[in-house]
Amino acid sequence: MEKKQDNPPYLAPDSVGLVNTEYFTFAEDEPMPLACGKTLGPITLAYETYGRLNDEKDNAILLLHALSGSAHAAGYHSPEDPYPGWWDAFVGPGKPFDTDKYFIICSNVIGSCVGSTGPASINPQTEAPYALSFPVITIGDMVEAQRHLIDHFGIDKLLAVSGGSMGGMQALDWCIRYPEKVHSSVILAVSHSQSALGIAFNEVARQAIFQDSNWNNGDYYDEQIPDQGLALARMIGHITYLSEEKMCEKFGRRLQNKEMLSYGFDSEFQIESYLHHQGIKFVNRFDANSYLYLTKALDYFDIRMDHGDGYLAAAFENVKSDFLMISFSSDWLYPPTGMRDIVNALRANGKKVGYLDIETDDGHDAFLLPNTTLAGTIENFLRQEHRKLNADK
Amino acid sequence: MLINEFIGYDLIIDEIPEGSRVLDLGCGNGDLLAILAAKKGIEPHGVEISQSGVSECVKRGLYVTQSDIDEGLSIYKDNSFDYVIINQTIQNTKYPETVMKEIMRIGKHAIISFPNFVFVQIRLQMMFKGVMPDTRVLPFAWYESPNIHLVSIRDFTRYCGMRGYPIKKILHFRQGAGEEPVVVKFMPNLFAEYGFFVLDGLKFSSNINAGRMDG
Repeated sequence: MEKKQDNPPYLAPDSVGLVNTEYFTFAEDEPMPLACGKTLGPITLAYETYGRLNDEKDNAILLLHALSGSAHAAGYHSPEDPYPGWWDAFVGPGKPFDTDKYFIICSNVIGSCVGSTGPASINPQTEAPYALSFPVITIGDMVEAQRHLIDHFGIDKLLAVSGGSMGGMQALDWCIRYPEKVHSSVILAVSHSQSALGIAFNEVARQAIFQDSNWNNGDYYDEQIPDQGLALARMIGHITYLSEEKMCEKFGRRLQNKEMLSYGFDSEFQIESYLHHQGIKFVNRFDANSYLYLTKALDYFDIRMDHGDGYLAAAFENVKSDFLMISFSSDWLYPPTGMRDIVNALRANGKKVGYLDIETDDGHDAFLLPNTTLAGTIENFLRQEHRKLNADK
Repeated sequence: MLINEFIGYDLIIDEIPEGSRVLDLGCGNGDLLAILAAKKGIEPHGVEISQSGVSECVKRGLYVTQSDIDEGLSIYKDNSFDYVIINQTIQNTKYPETVMKEIMRIGKHAIISFPNFVFVQIRLQMMFKGVMPDTRVLPFAWYESPNIHLVSIRDFTRYCGMRGYPIKKILHFRQGAGEEPVVVKFMPNLFAEYGFFVLDGLKFSSNINAGRMDG
């Protein structure tokens, strides 16, 4: 235990160590067209990279983050930084996304608030934050923006795209939109379209923000932020990320710092204080308008309609990627059935697909948590795909 | 589940041409597919029901999906595989008739191998001991056996005739643990421990467009 003090986590041999977020700006002269019919420009994308792009530029892997994620997938921003990036368990030297072998890029999505152009960004035309004048964006728009970043690196073909949840949606869209640019995909905890259940929870979360008087139609950047509404939205989200089993195990009916029921309305169960804590933590790092835009992008996601004319199998007819698809048994937000539909559509098209449903109580969050089956499977899949990519030449 | 997990492998490996697109049903840890990929450069696809099996397969670079053979085949297009293999597994399926139809539809060729239920040792056990077989070929007590649709070589031959499935080749064999398979030509229904059929599935197709689904 004392040793830990001497060796801070960023110096661990399997950590990418201290990292910086970088920024790439494009669409300055010609704005980027969006699915909604509007355009956006200039666009800045925040991104981080780990590892080294080889001379052949064939070892690049694009990581795609989920709703509340950022470009910061691995490592630490400073020696004092208490938390590593969102996928640190899987990204680093010797880890599944092995930075000794691969060049890992993680890009923040447009519409977000963690360095990329989003509703909180300054609109150069008005010199004020976009707020609700920011156009509604889709998962496809996020992918289009990332494609500019990949082109900027001069990468013709990505060894892999990978992500879970909203990141998985982007990965699916990548394979369909740019079949020539994606050699393989590792896709976790996602469905081919946002379900009614998912839309329902997102709508309740958005209503929580709308109902906060500080929200002021999105125009709050110089005022009090709608922190209550955003915290409530996040609390709702967190319920969907856990499973019932996990909640029982982690919290049960246990009371927080109390022996007896108080017969009042103060939060007293552990699950209540957990959700409050998650809500409060979130408002310090996330923008309420971004939450509105990104949940809308999730709700619009439907590859069957967007790419398959109503037929899921048709959506995948032209993909060239090999696939590793992973669902988690207790994920009720994006349950295994949705993943199986995608897998079956790929099989119907004769695509090369490996599919694993991992038995776990961790719910939707499972894709972010350390798991030896998950880690081993991804590691081996990537090694095989890297070998195949080289053999194809 | 089987004592010798490599039953009939040599015969299958000899049978499959280089570079074929192969689907192994009930592929377990992917041993057969991995050998075929290494020796014959096949494109290895598989279906397996266990998480541990699928995980192992994916680790080996095999395209294996976790699903039930009884349910998960309708998704494949007609003749989309050069070879569909069902090795020592047809007797475990709930609906062998449906599975056979699907195999013939999705495979240009099918390799079907199974323990022969009327092998002489089994007949003698039943005759003289009056018990369900407990042999190296069928090493399970009745109450724990996964074998729910046992079949003899003659049964299967008749079945192929009844359904019009062309038998391209037979290589009924016996094989001890760790031994090479030995093809049995003399009275195989009595003396072969395993049936081994290569069927021609080219002309079997569905009328509906199987690849399409609205799921």
